[in-house]
Amino acid sequence: MSEETPTTTRKGGGWAIWLPLALFAAFVALVLIGLLRPADRNVESTLIGKPVPEFQLPPALPARPGLDSRDLANGKPHLVNIFASWCLPCRVEAPQLAALAEAGVPIEGISVRDTTEALQRFLDEHGDPFQRIGADDDGKVQLSLGSSGVPETYVIDGKGVIRYQHIGEIRPEHVPLILDKLREASR
Amino acid sequence: MIAELGLAALWLAAALAALQLVSGALGLTPKGAALAGIVRPVAVVQGLLALTAFICLIYVFAVTDLSVKLVAMNSHSMKPLVFKIAGAWGNHEGSMLLWVTVMGMAGGVVALIERRLPERTMLATLAGQAFVSIGFYAFLLIASNPFERLSPTPVEGNGLNPLLQDLGLAFHPPTLYLGYVGLSVAFSFAIGALVTREVGPAFARAMRPWVLAAWIFLTAGIAAGSYWAYYELGWGGWWFWDPVENASLMPWLAATALLHSVSVLAARNALRAWTIMLGVVAFSMSMVGTFLVRSGILTSVHAFAVDPERGSFILVLLAIYIGGALTLFALRAGTVTEGERFALVSREGALVFNNVMLSAILGIVLFGTLYPLVAEAMGAKVSVGPPYFNPMGALFVVPMLVVLAVGPLLRWRNDRFGRVGGRLVIPAMLVAAGAMALLVMGGVSLLPFLGLVLAVGLAWASLLPLRERKLRRTPLAVWGMVMAHFGVAVSLFGMSSESAFSIEKLVAVNAGDTTEVGPWLVRLDGVEPVAGPNWTALEAQLKVRYKDADPVMVRPQSRSFWTPPQQTSESALLTRWNGQLYAVLGGEGEDGRWQLRLWWKPFVTLIWIGGLLIAFGGVLALIGRVKSDLRRIIARDRTADRRESQGR
Repeated sequence: MSEETPTTTRKGGGWAIWLPLALFAAFVALVLIGLLRPADRNVESTLIGKPVPEFQLPPALPARPGLDSRDLANGKPHLVNIFASWCLPCRVEAPQLAALAEAGVPIEGISVRDTTEALQRFLDEHGDPFQRIGADDDGKVQLSLGSSGVPETYVIDGKGVIRYQHIGEIRPEHVPLILDKLREASR
Repeated sequence: MIAELGLAALWLAAALAALQLVSGALGLTPKGAALAGIVRPVAVVQGLLALTAFICLIYVFAVTDLSVKLVAMNSHSMKPLVFKIAGAWGNHEGSMLLWVTVMGMAGGVVALIERRLPERTMLATLAGQAFVSIGFYAFLLIASNPFERLSPTPVEGNGLNPLLQDLGLAFHPPTLYLGYVGLSVAFSFAIGALVTREVGPAFARAMRPWVLAAWIFLTAGIAAGSYWAYYELGWGGWWFWDPVENASLMPWLAATALLHSVSVLAARNALRAWTIMLGVVAFSMSMVGTFLVRSGILTSVHAFAVDPERGSFILVLLAIYIGGALTLFALRAGTVTEGERFALVSREGALVFNNVMLSAILGIVLFGTLYPLVAEAMGAKVSVGPPYFNPMGALFVVPMLVVLAVGPLLRWRNDRFGRVGGRLVIPAMLVAAGAMALLVMGGVSLLPFLGLVLAVGLAWASLLPLRERKLRRTPLAVWGMVMAHFGVAVSLFGMSSESAFSIEKLVAVNAGDTTEVGPWLVRLDGVEPVAGPNWTALEAQLKVRYKDADPVMVRPQSRSFWTPPQQTSESALLTRWNGQLYAVLGGEGEDGRWQLRLWWKPFVTLIWIGGLLIAFGGVLALIGRVKSDLRRIIARDRTADRRESQGR
C-alpha cells in the first residue's frame, strides 16, 4: 500500500503560484462592478402603502406653522423632507428641493434635533423650500416614519398614504424620479 | 476632553506606525541598519497608544458623553452600564478602533517577546504589521473618526439596536475581532518570511501560537455567535448561511488549515510555500469578511453595520494589502526552497488531505457568498442558502472526517494503513451499528444520517491517539488535539440530531390550553405585561412538564423597546440533558388566542458544547506549546551561559 510516492510540497515556479492573485483580482473586479453599478438600493420600506403614522410636531420656527400628520391628507400629494442643519448631505440636496418647490411641489419639513438659530441660519444660507416645518427634537417622529437617518424624503399622496421613501440626499439625477413618484401619487 | 485625548492618541499611534514601517524597511538595508534598533520599542508604544484611545472611547460611552457623536448615535443614558460599555464597540467606528487596538497590541507583544527568528525577518514582520495598521488608522481618522463631536449636544442618545442589547453582544464581536486580528500577525510573519526567504521550523514555531490563539478566539466567537442567533432571533435555527456568518466561517476554515500546515512545517519542515500562502489567505479572509459586512454589498440580517462609502475604503485597503501580499508571494514563493518530502500515506499526507478539503470548503463558502453578486452583475437577483451549502459542504466534510479519524494515528513521513487498521475496527463497528439502528428507525434524510453515524465513529476514533500512551506524560498539545477532534464529533452529533429529530409546533391557544410537543406538555397559564429598564414586554406564563417530571414555568417574551422603538422576541429555553425546549411567544390573534411556536430539539446543545470543546482543545495545545517553547528558551540560555563560563 505504501509505495514510495514522494509527494512534493506545492512547489512554485509554475503558473499555479499566480493563481491566488488571479482569483483575488477576479474578486476585486466583481466587487467593483457591484459597487459601481447604480445598485438597487431601493430598500422597500414596510411603511410604503400605509398611512402616515399620527403625529403633531410644534413649529420649529416661530413664524412658520408646525407639522401635523393631518396636514398631509388634504387631497394633494406632498413631499416630506426630514433634514437638519447639522447634516451635510442636506446642504447638497438643498438646490434640488428649491427646484422642486419652484415647480410647485408642496414640501413639508421635519427638522431633527435642531435649534431655532441654527435652523434659521441653515435656511438663510441654503434656501427655504418648506411650507411648514415641524420640530422633531427627540427624533421620535423620524423613527416612527421608519427613517433612520437624515436626509430622507417621503412622497405622500393626497390621502396621507406613504408612496415612496427616498433614503439619502436627492441628487440632481433623482429629481425626475421624485417627480414621477409625485405624478403617480396624484392619480 | 477625554475624547480629544483619545483622538490625539490615535493620531500619535498612526504616526508611530508610519515610523515603524519606515524604520523597519530601512533597517533591512545596509545603510539604514542604525534604525533597526528603534523598531521594537516603537511597535510597543504604538500598541499602548491605540489601547489608550480605546480606553478613552469606553470612558465616553460609560459616562454617556452625548457631545460625542458616536455616543449620541449609539447609546442612551438609560441603558444599563454593561450595555453602555458594550455599545463602544457595537457600532462601526468603535469596532474599527477595537480592530486597530488589537492589531497594535498584538504587534507590540510580538516585538516584546519574539526572539527566535532572525532579526531581519523580525524587522520585515514588524514593518509588515505597521503597513497593515497604517491603512486601518487612516480609515479611522479619515472616514470614521470615533471621537467626532456633535454640536449642539442632544439631550438624549439614539439608543442601540435592541437586538444587540444582549450580553452575547458584549463578548461575541470582540471575540471574533481578536481572532480576525490575531491572524494579522500570521500575515505579517508570512510577509516577513517572504521578504527574507527564511521559512523553516523556527518560523513555524514563532507563528504557531498566534495562529492557535486567533483560531481559539474564532472558534469561540463563532460558537457564541451561533448561539446568540439561535436564542435571540427567535427563529429556532442556529446557522443561516448568512453572509455575515460566512464572513466569520471563512477565516476560521483558513485558520484551521493553517493551524495544521504550520504544524507540519514545525515538525517536518515541509509545506513551506503552502503555509506561507495560507498565512496570507487567512488574514485576507478576515479582511474580505469585514469588507463584505461593512460595505453592505450583500444584504443580510446583520445589516446594522452597513455603509457603502466605507466599503469602498476597505476595498482599497484590501486591494493594496491582499493584492500586494499575493504578488509578493507569486514573486518570491518560487525561490523559497522546497521542503522535506513525504509519502502519500503518512501524517503529512493526511494533513495535506485535510488542508485540501478545508480549502475546498472555503472555496465553496466563498463562492456561495459571492454568487449573488455574480448573478447581480448578470442582471438576476438570487440568494444562496442551505440547499447549496449543505450538500456541497458535505461533499468535502465527509471525506475529511474519515481522514480525521485515521490521520492522527499515522506516523510522520511514511506509514501503512495496515499498521493502524486494527485500531479502527471498533469505530467502524460503531458506525455500522449506528447506521443499522437509524435504518430501522427510518425517516432520517441522508446528511443527518451520515452526520450521526460518522459522529459516533469519530468520537471513539478521536480518543485513540491516547491509547498506548502514559496519560500523565502525554504532552498537552496531544491532549488538545484529542479534545478538539472529540469536540468536532460532539458538535457534529448535535447538528445532525437537531436536523434529524427536531419537532416543531405552531399553535394558537387560549389561556388554560395544553399542547404537546415531543415529550413535553405545554400549558399556557396566561400572558402578562412586564417592564424592564428600557423596554416593556408581554410575557407568556408557560407551565411545561417533561414526561412525568414536575412542571416548570418558562416565560417567553415579546419585547418592545422604545429607544429606538423596535420589537424583539425573547425566546425561552429549557435545557435537559438530552435536548432543549424552545418557546417563542407570537402575536395575539383576533379571537384572543395567543400564537406559540414550540420546538423540541434533541441534543441541540451539543453543537455549542462541541464548539467549546474544540476551542478548549486549542487552549490546551496553546498552553502546551508555549510551555515547551519557554522550556527550550530557558535551556538554550543555560547552555549559552555554561559555554560562556567554560570559555573563560
